[in-house]
Parts: sequence; C-alpha cells; structure tokens
Amino acid sequence: MAKFQISRRKFLTASSLGLSGIALSGCDAFDSGLGIGGGLRSFLENANGLTYRAQRLLAGRNALAPEFTEADIRQPQRPNGVTAPDDDTYKGLLANNFADWRLEVTGLVEKPLSLTREQLQNMPSRTQITRHDCVEGWSCIAKWTGTPLSLVLDQAVVKPQARYVMFHCLDTIEQSLSGDIKYYGTIDLIDARHPQTILAYGLNGKPLPVENGAPLRVRVERQLGYKMPKYLYKIELVDSFASVGGGRGGYWEDNGYDWYGGI
Amino acid sequence: MDTVANNQSAAKADGKDTTLIYRQSRWTRLTHWIWAFSLFFMLLSGLQIFNARPQLYIGKQSGFEFNNTILQIGAENTANGPRGFTQIFGHRFDTTGVLGWSGPPGQETQRAFPSWATIPSYYDLGTARVVHFFFAWLLSATLLIWLVAGLINGHIRRDLAPRLSDLRKLPRDIVDHAKLKFHHTREYNTLQKMAYGGVLFVLLPLMIITGLAMSPSMNSVLPWLNEILGGRQTARTIHFTVMLLLVGFFVIHIVMILAAGPINELRSIITGWYRTDPPEKHDQPTERSV
Repeated sequence: MAKFQISRRKFLTASSLGLSGIALSGCDAFDSGLGIGGGLRSFLENANGLTYRAQRLLAGRNALAPEFTEADIRQPQRPNGVTAPDDDTYKGLLANNFADWRLEVTGLVEKPLSLTREQLQNMPSRTQITRHDCVEGWSCIAKWTGTPLSLVLDQAVVKPQARYVMFHCLDTIEQSLSGDIKYYGTIDLIDARHPQTILAYGLNGKPLPVENGAPLRVRVERQLGYKMPKYLYKIELVDSFASVGGGRGGYWEDNGYDWYGGI
Repeated sequence: MDTVANNQSAAKADGKDTTLIYRQSRWTRLTHWIWAFSLFFMLLSGLQIFNARPQLYIGKQSGFEFNNTILQIGAENTANGPRGFTQIFGHRFDTTGVLGWSGPPGQETQRAFPSWATIPSYYDLGTARVVHFFFAWLLSATLLIWLVAGLINGHIRRDLAPRLSDLRKLPRDIVDHAKLKFHHTREYNTLQKMAYGGVLFVLLPLMIITGLAMSPSMNSVLPWLNEILGGRQTARTIHFTVMLLLVGFFVIHIVMILAAGPINELRSIITGWYRTDPPEKHDQPTERSV
C-alpha cells in the first residue's frame, strides 16, 4: 500500500506538470521552447532520427516508390516554391536556351565534372511516372525523365569520406540582410544512389519547363518535395552539414523542416 | 472472477455498504494518461499541419485541374469584408471567426483552424511536424506496450472482449445511458466496451495506418497500402475523419465521466480503485437472493 501511495503521488505530480504544460500550450512560453535550437525542440527532433533509422531499416537501399500509369497523369505538374527565377545568371542562361549551362560535380570526388545538357542527355536515362508529395499535404502525379544520379556519381568517382550530396541551385529563395539566399539541400548517399533518384530534364514527355526547374532538377522519390531542388547547377560531395547554409542540411531545414523528408 | 480476490470492503461513515475494488491495473492507468497527453499534442499539431493545405481530396492525387476536393476551409473577400468559409461536399458554410478567417478583433488573418487550436499558435508547419511525429512514436509505442500487457494480464480478454451476453444487454444499456442511469460495477457495460474497443482496436490503428500511408518512404515498403485505402489523398482524408471521430469520442467520454460521478471515475483511472454500487442495487439475481 505504501508503494502504491508513492506511485500515486508521483503520478499526480507528473500529471499536474503535464496539465500545466497543456495550459501553456497556446502561450508564448511553449511556443518559444519550440524554436530552432531550443531544448524542447531538440529533444522532440530526436523522433525524426528514429524515423530515419526505422524507415532505412524497413525500406533498405532499393525499395522502389510506387510508379503509376499514363492514365494517372491527369494534370500538369503543380509547380511550387520559386517558379520563375529572377536571377540575372539564370535569366542569361535561359535566354540562350541553357547552351552555356553546365552541371558541375565537385567536392569529395576523384574526377570533378562539368557536364553539358547534351552530355547528360546522352547518358542512359530513366523514365518514371511517380507521385510528388508536398510537405504541405498535396500530391501530383507526373512522368519524369532524367539521368540516374548514381551514373553521374560513378563517373566522378566519389571519395570514401563523402557522406552527402549537396545540391546548389540558381534560384534565389530568400532575400536576407546578408544577401540573396539561393536554394540548397542535401541527401545521403543511399538516396543519391537509389535507382529512382534521377536528374530530371524531361516532364510528361516534354523538356522540363521553367516553373518545374529547367534545365535540371532532382527527383528523390522516397522523400517529400522540398528534398528535390530545382534549377540545379552544381553537385558537391560533402562529409558533413558544416559548410551547408545554417548547418542543418538545407534551406528549408535551416528554416525548421526536418532533414529527413521520408515522412 | 478474480475481482472477488481484489475486493476490499469499506464501511463508510454514511453507513452505505459500498465496495472499493481495484479496477484498473497500472498498465491501463499509465497508458491511458500517456495517450491522453499524446493525443492532445497530436490533435493540435495535426490541425497546424492541415492548415498548410486546408483541403481534403479523394484519390491518388490532389486535383488542381480537376475537382476531387471534398472539404475546403478558406477565406474570401465579400461586400462585408473578408469572410471565412468551410465547404463540405460542395455545400458552403460561413465559419468566420473560427474556421478560415480568425484572430483577435482587428487582427484577423486567413488560417483554416484558429490560433487557439494549433501548436504552435502561429503558422509553423516544420515545428508542427516535429511535435506530431514525436508524439506519433510515443502513442504507437504506448499502444504496443498496452497490447502486450493487456494480453498477458488478461485485461483485453476479461474487460474488453465482447461476449454474447453483451449483445443481449445492449438495448437495456442504450436506454440506461439515455437516462444517464449508470451502474457502477467492475465490468464495462456494452457501450463502454464498444467505445473503448473501437478507439483502441479500430480508430488508433487506422490513424497509424493512414499516417504511414502518407509517408513516401513507407510507400516504397508497403506499396499496396495506398491501393487498399484508395490513394494517398484518400488516406489523408481518412486520417482527418478519424481525428474527428476521436474528438467525438473524447467529448462523449468526458460527458459520461461527469454524469457517472467524476470523482469515482477519475480515482479509478488515477489510483486504480473504484467504488462499486452496493450489492442490493445490482440487478443480478444471485446477489438479490442473498
């Protein structure tokens, strides 16, 4: 009975703490603990690491995202984020139909590359009809054609210490006091080498339009849309997020999204 | 029944012959409160996530060039200024102040669910996802622990599994509930079994399944899941609908506790001990004949 009393007291203490947490939930006190870098936020973010490990364990390296049929393509691919980059560099490249555009492959590679559109398009390609899932909650099915990223990585020969593929983009996503921020993001080498991870230059049987990321965008079919940068011009192999923007692995990650977007 | 072994007679000052019984095991009590806590945070963070795309669709994808929207919460400009609306199956309702358009007077903004119903209170999809997925793990793990404990200690078989006699008692049970006439016994009545069993074995598993069906990575593991459910956007719609059912359960649950005697009911889910009705009030023939 004594033991029971203690557990009850403990329980009442714990539940009153919980209730006060509930009472505060709508308040600034709770909100502020959830800011990036906050203790509460960092603790709760551990769950995403758990999700990453659990899903990697279950899905492995090669489990494919569902693919659909032509009949499922019922509308143009919904563009999101930046849809018409206002950057001079981009507009210059676009004016020349991307003839001067190159895809640079740099960082922790044995053979840095500089590929033209023709060189990329002459490599073996993959076409897939997949569902694009936005973090906001909507989905859209489209047919993507591109070069498997793994082929490009093989050509550049990735150094053993490389852990992530960083994508550098031409579009300014945010104008901050310290200058324009161009979109950037990272994926790990498991997703980079996934059979459906392609550098897409074609959409629904036509060249990739500007609003969907011309001349080249990434498709990472087992993750959400914010993990698939558009207006790509450079791929950099890195060993950590230290040199990646604010250090959380991507533009949206630096603004609070989880680095792993498989859920 | 093993309840006899747990019975502890208590002579009350008022002379009533009531009996305190140990009704809820520590597993039931602990998991109950973790669920309550988790569901609170999952609801409010979930409404924030919904606010990022306050529309529900049927099918594999969201219709932008075709219409498969069944619910939409939004705001529109009218002659009387901005108004919030909720549109369900094509029927539009003015929900200004709560859904679509809300906020302190003079500072209203366009948001599907109002600030007081979301975590965080301001618009922040990333943070809501962090909160939602943390409690998703906690809720799922607790459900698993409860299931194992409940199978081992007999709680599920003894207290929740429906029996033939439950079916027989159902009409009488409905009438009693409608009259707010409650029998305080160790056993759950038929409607209780249906409600608790429905939440634990239907709604919460369905919530987890439809949640997983929205994960693009899980779709590569279980590609058939969305085919069964009718597509990712249908899964999202089911997820939202189950949320409404869980909120409905919560409201009825609280009303029933208040009506049945909140002190006694709360004591049983906090300490485990529950005061049952005096035996003469039981309408079991064997007890009556004593």
